Amino acid sequence: MSSDAAAAPRLAATELSKRFAGVQALRAVQLQAYGGEVMALLGENGAGKSTLLKILAGAHRPDSGTLSIDGERVSFSSPRDAHRAGVRIIYQEPEIIPHVSVAENIYVGALPARGHRFTRAALRARVVADLARYGFTSALDPDALGSELSPAQRQLVEILRALTESVRVIAFDEPTSSLSDTEVEVLFRLIRQLRDEGVAVIYVSHRMNEIFQISDRVTVLRDGALVGTVTTAETDEARLVRMMVGRDLTDMFVRERRPRPTGTPALTVRGLSNDDVHDIDLEVYGGEVLGIAGLVGAGRSELAHAIVGSTPVHAGEILVDGNPVRISGPRDAIRAGIGFAPEERKAQALLMQRSVRDNISLAILDRIRVARVVRRGEERAVAQRYTGQLRIRTPDIEQVVSSLSGGNQQKVVLARWLARRPRVLILDEPTRGVDVGAKAEIYAVINQLTADGIAVIVISSELPEILGLSDRIAVMQGGRVTGELDRSEATEERVLALAMAGDLTTDGATR
Amino acid sequence: MIDVASPAAASAKRAGWWRGDGSEPVRRNLGLVGVLVLLYLVGALARPDIFLHGGRLWSNELTVLTQASSIGVITIGMTFVMISGGIDLSVGALLALASVWSTTVATQSYGPGVMILAALLVGAGSGLVNGILIAYGRMVPFIATLATMVAARGLAQKISGKLTQIVKVTSFNRIAEWRPLGIPLLVIIFVVVAVLAWVLLNRTTFGRRTVAIGGNAEAARLAGINIRRHTLLVYTLSGLCCGIAAVMVTAQATAGSSDHGNLYELNAIAAAIIGGTALTGGRGTIVGSVLGVLVFTQIYNLFIVKNLQTEYQQIAQGVIIVAAVLIQQFRVAALRRPVPPGA
Repeated sequence: MSSDAAAAPRLAATELSKRFAGVQALRAVQLQAYGGEVMALLGENGAGKSTLLKILAGAHRPDSGTLSIDGERVSFSSPRDAHRAGVRIIYQEPEIIPHVSVAENIYVGALPARGHRFTRAALRARVVADLARYGFTSALDPDALGSELSPAQRQLVEILRALTESVRVIAFDEPTSSLSDTEVEVLFRLIRQLRDEGVAVIYVSHRMNEIFQISDRVTVLRDGALVGTVTTAETDEARLVRMMVGRDLTDMFVRERRPRPTGTPALTVRGLSNDDVHDIDLEVYGGEVLGIAGLVGAGRSELAHAIVGSTPVHAGEILVDGNPVRISGPRDAIRAGIGFAPEERKAQALLMQRSVRDNISLAILDRIRVARVVRRGEERAVAQRYTGQLRIRTPDIEQVVSSLSGGNQQKVVLARWLARRPRVLILDEPTRGVDVGAKAEIYAVINQLTADGIAVIVISSELPEILGLSDRIAVMQGGRVTGELDRSEATEERVLALAMAGDLTTDGATR
Repeated sequence: MIDVASPAAASAKRAGWWRGDGSEPVRRNLGLVGVLVLLYLVGALARPDIFLHGGRLWSNELTVLTQASSIGVITIGMTFVMISGGIDLSVGALLALASVWSTTVATQSYGPGVMILAALLVGAGSGLVNGILIAYGRMVPFIATLATMVAARGLAQKISGKLTQIVKVTSFNRIAEWRPLGIPLLVIIFVVVAVLAWVLLNRTTFGRRTVAIGGNAEAARLAGINIRRHTLLVYTLSGLCCGIAAVMVTAQATAGSSDHGNLYELNAIAAAIIGGTALTGGRGTIVGSVLGVLVFTQIYNLFIVKNLQTEYQQIAQGVIIVAAVLIQQFRVAALRRPVPPGA
């Protein structure tokens, strides 16, 4: 491990830089990975980790800078070159051939053959030996078909593939995102074994506890640049987060205490019922954040869809600023001043192949047109304004949305609704899949919205987020609101107690 | 908050006009122009007497444009349908129905104005039927328009008794003969329809919504777009284009026939795909579709001037479709995933 650290690095990257379509993905990054050591690579989405891995994989070429392995300069122009040099990247979702056996999948690039005749028995024997060597005889059946494998087994196949050639550097790209705890243990055992055999292991993950479990050193990237490398044993989580984000996160959720607004609620929901939600009563005032908490399947997203008329409603009444409104579809809701940013931004919100501008203007087309012709100057101005205001990181507003990071895509969805200037804005999981920095920015936007007098409903599965953001919290379970907590009385325990209050659904009564 | 100075506000410059809607740059269309240039060079080798002679080339190219005009108008309607995520198999049959309906003895007795009106109304009306079936009957576009394709062709045969209906209204036939400023009226109609369609697609809320629905119907719905009504309008528009094309084809043939527009649906879909329209919706340009039509017609013309059998032309057409789709897929793949898998 660190005893080897005095030796020459197995892999050294010097001054690596890479630029894509106006975005500097890597700037002069230095990196050393030593044989017999696990180095964790940490950074927010968009920090440059994937770009770095892709350069190591031979999938991208750096604009400048050098790579060397065991002191020897290398330059990869294809994944094949990287493989030959003994560099392997294990991606999250390895390519597995579904209709052939594990054994054939492993040796797909190097089938053992006698002459040109490939012998299944020899192949199988070799795979059995491999599995025994790494202690996976029970984890992987060499005769199983590719299509029968779990995500963990697929990763094992990919790793064994890598090990069919001599490996000097192996990098794991968020390997545990789809693994169970026991599978993670199997993986970690393998990683330690590789490390002990003298391989340089690079481990990319967001999960702090794993980083502390498995790594010897941590290298942190931020905005494409190296922040620093620290020894895992000498650091802690708070310090790493500070390095990733460049500031403390203690005040991330800060929302100043404000008196409960009085007067007419911006949104009143009375007795709303449909197939998924039952007899919902809610009030949200302008300038207030109402959090909706609950376990998965509690009916939170369904409630949002019912409010905006996206799903049919059997009974109930909706008032905006005290005036009853008839909502029979999202269009009516938008006209009544209710905006809704749904949970799945790719499937439900974004036109992935269209520009930032197209996506931002989608809900205001009827406002920026003259005789059905879109006023493009105004459209551009609006897109420009909100791109700047929300700090959407994109080269320009004509950039295709699919090329942006998750956080920036989410901000494009927010920008669409901000541009509409709704009275009430419903945000379903606004920070899912968004990195820490963008999260903080989204919280700031929500705070700004309420300061402007807009009523905001936030649905979130992250309790700290709900507790930090909300003025009041409505807790749902089984399609009903099981309780409402003021900010001052809300704790994780109380929210969870309401979210899991078992008997309330059976008696059928309102709370 | 984040210490990188790359927010978009910094680049407040106006986007280049050539990038259009920001999705598919004109590069692809330039490729099609390149194909046209290539076809010209092939023509120059095959028939230098035509292609290297200014006057003959001009008149040959006017012939190409005239031949392209009716299928071009249909392709433009098809482009809207495909961008919205649908497909319209009935276009050729609707053309035949509109052609037959506008040339019955009764309709002809009212003169050319009514004949034109009848064709347009029959086209748009049939398109409306498609739209109702798809938007409100929730039928899959492929099935709905397959049904109307068969039914409309049958109805056209029933009305005409499978007989060619000669147009005796000479002023109607003049549509195909008139050449203001030396340019055939049919070509002018094609150009006018293309320009209007370009404006409709790129500059109006109708166009934006069409793209949005095809790109992500759920997102469009949640953003307040009335998907059903819009779908209805898109298919009606395609039907209207069939009506316009029916007038053009009928005037050219000086007769209405239930055989008009045979296989136009395939030609239109092929031309739209060549022009970069995605079968999955959300992507496509008018310029691309027009160029796609011109490529096909120019190839057809080469076979004619070289006196080759038209079977070869169909084989060539098939090869071009395959090539175009393959190129499109590689492009999409390259856009989505700039990284080959690790293995």
